[in-house]
Amino acid sequence: MAITFTDAAAERVSAFLADRGKGVGLRLATKTYGCSGMAYVVEFADEIEETDTVFEDHGLKIIIDPKSLVYLDGTEMDYTKEGLNEGFKFNNPNESGECGCGESFTV
Amino acid sequence: MALFQISEPGETTSIDAQGKQLAAGIDLGTTNSLVATVRATSIHEGDGDNRRAETLADETGESLLPSVVRYCENGKIEVGKIAKNVQLDDINNTISSAKRLLGRAVGDIKTLGGSLPYNFSDADSNVPKIQTIAGNVTAIEVSAEILKTLKNRAEDSLGGPLKGVVITVPAYFDEAQRQATKDAARLADLNVFRLLNEPTAAAVAYGLDQKNELDERIIAVYDLGGGTFDISILKLNKGVFEVMATGGDSALGGDDFDHAIATWILQESDSDLTHHAMSEARRVKEALTNKDNVNVSLESWQSTLSRAQFDKLVASLVKKTLLACRRALRDAGLSKEQVHDVVMVGGSTRMPVIREQVAVFFDKPPLVDIDPDKVVAIGAALQADVLAGNKPDEEMLLLDVIPLSLGLETYGGLVEKVISRNTTIPIARAQEFTTFKDNQTAMTIHILQGERETVEENRSLAKFALKGIPPMVAGAARIKVTFQVDADGLLNVEAEEETTGIKSNIAVKPSYGLTDTEIEGMIRDSMDNAKADMEARRLREQLVEADRTLEALDSAMKTDADKMLNEDEVTLLLEARSKLHDIKENSQDSVEVKLATKHMEKVAEFYVARRMNDNVKTAMQGQSVSDFADTDN
Repeated sequence: MAITFTDAAAERVSAFLADRGKGVGLRLATKTYGCSGMAYVVEFADEIEETDTVFEDHGLKIIIDPKSLVYLDGTEMDYTKEGLNEGFKFNNPNESGECGCGESFTV
Repeated sequence: MALFQISEPGETTSIDAQGKQLAAGIDLGTTNSLVATVRATSIHEGDGDNRRAETLADETGESLLPSVVRYCENGKIEVGKIAKNVQLDDINNTISSAKRLLGRAVGDIKTLGGSLPYNFSDADSNVPKIQTIAGNVTAIEVSAEILKTLKNRAEDSLGGPLKGVVITVPAYFDEAQRQATKDAARLADLNVFRLLNEPTAAAVAYGLDQKNELDERIIAVYDLGGGTFDISILKLNKGVFEVMATGGDSALGGDDFDHAIATWILQESDSDLTHHAMSEARRVKEALTNKDNVNVSLESWQSTLSRAQFDKLVASLVKKTLLACRRALRDAGLSKEQVHDVVMVGGSTRMPVIREQVAVFFDKPPLVDIDPDKVVAIGAALQADVLAGNKPDEEMLLLDVIPLSLGLETYGGLVEKVISRNTTIPIARAQEFTTFKDNQTAMTIHILQGERETVEENRSLAKFALKGIPPMVAGAARIKVTFQVDADGLLNVEAEEETTGIKSNIAVKPSYGLTDTEIEGMIRDSMDNAKADMEARRLREQLVEADRTLEALDSAMKTDADKMLNEDEVTLLLEARSKLHDIKENSQDSVEVKLATKHMEKVAEFYVARRMNDNVKTAMQGQSVSDFADTDN
């Protein structure tokens, strides 16, 4: 399995990376947090660790640490607009439920 | 599912994160600007809150940045003191008080008077452009330079990029002026969490929003700056600040107090050295803050000015500010006794005479502990800290409310309110509407602001059309209209026909600002006219009902009058029709229209019944009773 971007997400990530002027790719991770157990982390990556897994999609590097990979494998990242908000969305097949605020999820 | 933004490595927003988000509050002033931020300090003050807001100083230790920008021939841009010092020598290229021009149209500038020393470009644009040696610049660009300087100062001092800022604006700023402020921030590459009213920021700096012992708190903010005076009356209710009234004088400030002393000096010394007298006056005024008597000199002339003498010289100026306070209170419908707190803002409120007189006027000592030059920036920094997510959840988030209801026009000139006044923002609310006529393929969405029931009595904000509605019978189309107001009070309206997904939308152009006084007036109007409005609504509703009845009759007669009615019956119906039509056109009485409509319906009853029977007959033709029995099972 792999981690992928939708066209919209890839476009935004490229634009953000170009704006920032540095960085090797995008780091996705999970951490324990919130009412439902896990939360997503989306960060620019400046370094790749030895233990990281790197996926390539739309010419962009997606960097994931081994602990997070089990929760994220198969995830598609999307970029959408919802009402007043816009941002990245995780379409994660491992997710079995999320909490009311949407900040955290369970697998 | 929440939406995510990309964070810098290790900076993912989270409550348990080690590092706090960097955020700042900016007081973008007419004369001076400041930036402040909340930092963890080792000194505990009060109840264990170890994060304190402080203004950030430049390398010379100066917090105040003069809001002056100079455009040089070589393309260099100077901001602050360096620009202010050469202002008189390079008056055309050195822009000060740009804030007065923010969000103003070319036409407005003319009414601001020829007092501005700049050459405005005649270019074909609605935004006034100032001609400088480096090309034309707008007030937005000038403000952006000031913001950039403050941004750099903050990032240098905090050691990282700012996640976002809160910028303060006067309470009376309209949407155009607020939008212009946001545009300036965007040019300066700043992420604006939100704009905050200056008086609200001052109240936040004193922590008034955290005091919960009262359900409702009335706060007066007295802001006497270098060149302007503002009084704002705020109401704080469950963490929500509402501006109840504003007032003041855009041409009254500390400079006028200097002028009063300078005039005295010139008279006493029989001199005409105006410029020197002004700078001496300023020194004397500031010295009198801490002393009872100050020596005054102008060349060879020497004298002393006592505080009592000074108080007398400026008594009329002080009185002017108190009159504005009285007016603002009256506008807010409050008495002096109802004010819980008085907050002092602006360097000129350091004058003892001001503090004394304000205390006497409101019959309570004003809050003066926080440096009045910095209090607004400090409040903005506290707010930015909350919005950056650096505070525990339980702390209340400061919210704003929309001052007037927003709605749209429905058939018959009535207004359907979608978002009612005093709703906290941001907010999105949707309502479903339908078509009025058969085969109606377009719908005009007319957005209105105000509390009254009819279109004419409310303020028209914008109009747009939703086209391409599929032809359907009246009432079958489902049109969802969504009103969204973002955190800064900007409105976006979208209409969607739900069966086809056809959409149309509009962002309300920001040139429709209202002053708080106008808003107050509109609200009061709606109360004064509540009864008349209700009758007007009833009448309109009856007229719509009458229209619908006439419409239905016309359409029925067009289809089958020749088959179902004899001549007498046609005459009878047409007579009743014209009677209702006449009443509808001329009556101002809802009851009369209602009765006429009912009468018309009664006259037409036989025809309706006949048509219905006919329809049923047509539907049942060629089917046996057992068929119906089957479908029933």
